[in-house]
Amino acid sequence: MEVTLSVNGEPVTRDVEARLLLVHFLRDELGLTGTHWGCDTSNCGSCVVLYDDEPVKSCTVLTAMAGGHDVRTVEDLEQDEVLDPVQQGFMECHGLQCGFCTPGMLMSARALLDRDPDPSEDVIREAISGQICRCTGYASIVRSVRWAAVHPEGRSEA
Amino acid sequence: MTTVDRGPVGHGRMLRKEDRRFVRGRGKFLDDIALPGMLHLAVLRSPVAHARIVSVDTLAAEAHPKVKAVVTGAMLEERGLAWMPTLSGDRQAVLATDKVRFQGQEVAFVVAEDRYSARDALELIDVEYDVLPPVVDARRALDPDAPLIRDDVAGKADNHCFDWETGDAAATAAVFDRAEVVVRQEMVFPRVHPAPLETCGAVADYDRVEEKLVLWATTQAPHAHRTLYSMFAGIPEHRIRVISPDIGGGFGNKVPIYPGYVCAIVGSMLTGRPVKWTEDRTENLIASGFARDYVMQGEIAATRDGRILALRSHVLADHGAFNGTAAPRKFPGGFFGVFTGSYDIEAAYCSMTAVHTNKAPGGVAYACSFRIAEAVYLVERMVDLLADELGVDPVELRLRNFIRSDQFPYTSRTGWVYDSGDYATTMQEALRIAGYDELRAEQAARREHAGDGQSLMGIGVSFFTEAVGAGPRKDMDMLGLGMADGCELRVHPTGSAVLRISVQTQGQGHETTFAQLVAEELGIHPENVDVVHGDTDNTPYGLGTYGSRSTPVSGAAAVIASRRVREKARLIAAGMLEVAPEDLEWTKDSSGGRFDVRGVPDSGVTIEQVAMRAHGAGDLPEGVEGGLDAQVSYNPDSLTYPYGAYICVVDIDPGTAVVKVRRFIAVDDCGTRINEMIVEGQIHGGLTDGVGMALMQFIGYDEHGNCLGGSLMDYLIPTAKEVPDWETGMTVTPSPHHPIGAKGVGESATVGSPPAVVNAVIDALAPYGVRHADMPLTPSRVWEAMQGRATPPQ
Repeated sequence: MEVTLSVNGEPVTRDVEARLLLVHFLRDELGLTGTHWGCDTSNCGSCVVLYDDEPVKSCTVLTAMAGGHDVRTVEDLEQDEVLDPVQQGFMECHGLQCGFCTPGMLMSARALLDRDPDPSEDVIREAISGQICRCTGYASIVRSVRWAAVHPEGRSEA
Repeated sequence: MTTVDRGPVGHGRMLRKEDRRFVRGRGKFLDDIALPGMLHLAVLRSPVAHARIVSVDTLAAEAHPKVKAVVTGAMLEERGLAWMPTLSGDRQAVLATDKVRFQGQEVAFVVAEDRYSARDALELIDVEYDVLPPVVDARRALDPDAPLIRDDVAGKADNHCFDWETGDAAATAAVFDRAEVVVRQEMVFPRVHPAPLETCGAVADYDRVEEKLVLWATTQAPHAHRTLYSMFAGIPEHRIRVISPDIGGGFGNKVPIYPGYVCAIVGSMLTGRPVKWTEDRTENLIASGFARDYVMQGEIAATRDGRILALRSHVLADHGAFNGTAAPRKFPGGFFGVFTGSYDIEAAYCSMTAVHTNKAPGGVAYACSFRIAEAVYLVERMVDLLADELGVDPVELRLRNFIRSDQFPYTSRTGWVYDSGDYATTMQEALRIAGYDELRAEQAARREHAGDGQSLMGIGVSFFTEAVGAGPRKDMDMLGLGMADGCELRVHPTGSAVLRISVQTQGQGHETTFAQLVAEELGIHPENVDVVHGDTDNTPYGLGTYGSRSTPVSGAAAVIASRRVREKARLIAAGMLEVAPEDLEWTKDSSGGRFDVRGVPDSGVTIEQVAMRAHGAGDLPEGVEGGLDAQVSYNPDSLTYPYGAYICVVDIDPGTAVVKVRRFIAVDDCGTRINEMIVEGQIHGGLTDGVGMALMQFIGYDEHGNCLGGSLMDYLIPTAKEVPDWETGMTVTPSPHHPIGAKGVGESATVGSPPAVVNAVIDALAPYGVRHADMPLTPSRVWEAMQGRATPPQ
């Protein structure tokens, strides 16, 4: 079936199987491999994208359902060669190790800061509690998001 | 005092070079690889734990319009590929031929045009099973009437896997006989799974014309894998190139060779096209390398005034259907022999019996430093049980029995030579950060008001010593391969460099820390040192990254290679300056490295100028070749022995038995730290693993052998809500035999933290008379313990 949606600000029209998951559409059809897949049960959150500006696990969305919606992936965070503050924050505060959960964490962090520019550590933990990181123990992710909150322009103080 | 502050190496808390691609979503993980004409492979797995295969009907699957190949065990058997060697010298079925021996075992595979069609076709394969009774409980595996699992091995009549022992049984028995106090406890370290966020997978591309196989695989040990593929499949080793792309977490899960990798290779050979195989999460959890699964009898002997005299244990080890454990050949029980821990005792003995069960193969995985996680858990629980018996504070008991700093190098009663340590100082630092006395005072006050809705507060301590950096050629090997690691350093004419290493990062930050090592030694900025890894065609040989061995082994190689380059640079600089090499002084500051004539500042040449001369047209000193390179294969003299003091504070809701980790204090001593930020990050991750194992992570089985931990809905992993903000500290006691004094650290926290959490929970439950309860300490299991009916995990 034919579906038209917006991905990273560009309209995309494709003929897809009705059962095709959005995460596989992004990765396999569009080559946007920054969005990862990590479980079958919507527990890990490595597939989180922004779906009409809300963080959504793209393994829970059928591509066919995404018609007319606006999807934003990690590849769209950097604009005009300027990193999003959350990207900068994760680098500054060692918010990643293997990097596999990172895109999903970044998208959740972006959505959080869009609605709450100054979240507490508890609020940040709640916001990423639907996602799993096996490397960092989360403390540095929390610090990374705080860094982004304190540096909304994304510039390093260093 | 041996503790010295050596300061960070290279550029200290340098931000990671690899992050630039990861934050942009431009990492290149296995499933991101897409080759022209690539096909997709899916594996059909056994739904039952133990059964004879009566028939496999693939006709309907073969008729699927998008299917290119369907392969069964019988087809592999015709090619001699149905069985593959494991890293422990056992064999494992690539695809089952005679029987299936665990739920999730590989039975057949399909290669199709896309990943959905491959999965569809699995549904079309009809397998008839003659179900057999399974062996699920390791305690029953050697019963005379236990069903025989490994009837594939000629002459095998039982489910025995191996026996192993260490220490002096007679001397230990003598000490126990005369000891004033003996405490005994059976404890289980349950089966868990490392569950890296990226599952395992491979892309195989076999070129029939060149007769060359390129295999992208999620492997922590690309060189060792290449050698084994060559030995197993008969492909000449130079015609195999293994590439390990970005790895989404390993933790030991990506050390073994899995049947899926072999299936991908066979699939590509059969179809002549690239073939991709990726596990789903259930496949990863039920069929790839598990960890732990030890039933341990612990005994500790002491004097009434708290002097620990001896430790004894018997371990029943469940190795699953095939012995797929990855351990050095002479160490079938891994490094469990360091179970005497951090204490100076008179005698120790351990015996181990390993058995087969109808459960997934594996054993050494999940950041355990070759079974030291189990060993540390045993000794640190036993010391707490002894403290309880003696009525002594568990910290005080540890301080009384630590190996003293003046006893290093210390040879343990089981023959391990601890390289360096100052345990009391590290313990004291943890007590200081924790405010230990205040915590005990708060606990006493809360207990006075028990019942007033007060949570049950517990304080748990552990002190671990690890033996990491395997390993010395004289002591160990993997399937006959020495456990050396190598590097090759090339300095380019303009003074930048490339370092090619044999180890493989899975998030440890090698691209940064190894550049820092070169920077420290050569004064070349880390930004100007490119680190290449994970490609057998482009890196020197070595056994890979696991067991916290990258810094102790390959890191040492990088330092030595850099120093060799520096000494060659000295000769060239001497020629350029027309002085004797010994008259040159090497200095390094933020602007770089340089040789100056001794006593004459700014008289000399920079490393960049030397590099240009080395590659240039000008004269070189007599006997000096052009170029500025070095290659090193490092065989460590000894293991390194990192250690740490951990304190966990928990609160348990007496109404729901939910355990909340309030604080966790970790003071680690891993010798010289290359990049403190990265070390601390690794510790954070390991602590999270420890909390997970202690409180929630568990791969259980029902009586039929059905895996009960087969998804992330059942196998619970801590999220940001279940762990506290970690409080870390450090002491620095360099290793005397590592060229920069570094020790491995990647697994320290995973190894050291589970007993701290369990000790804290047991401490909290002291008012209920609880002496011990096994992990995972879920609310229901804690509740049972509070009611006096704690049971081992099933």
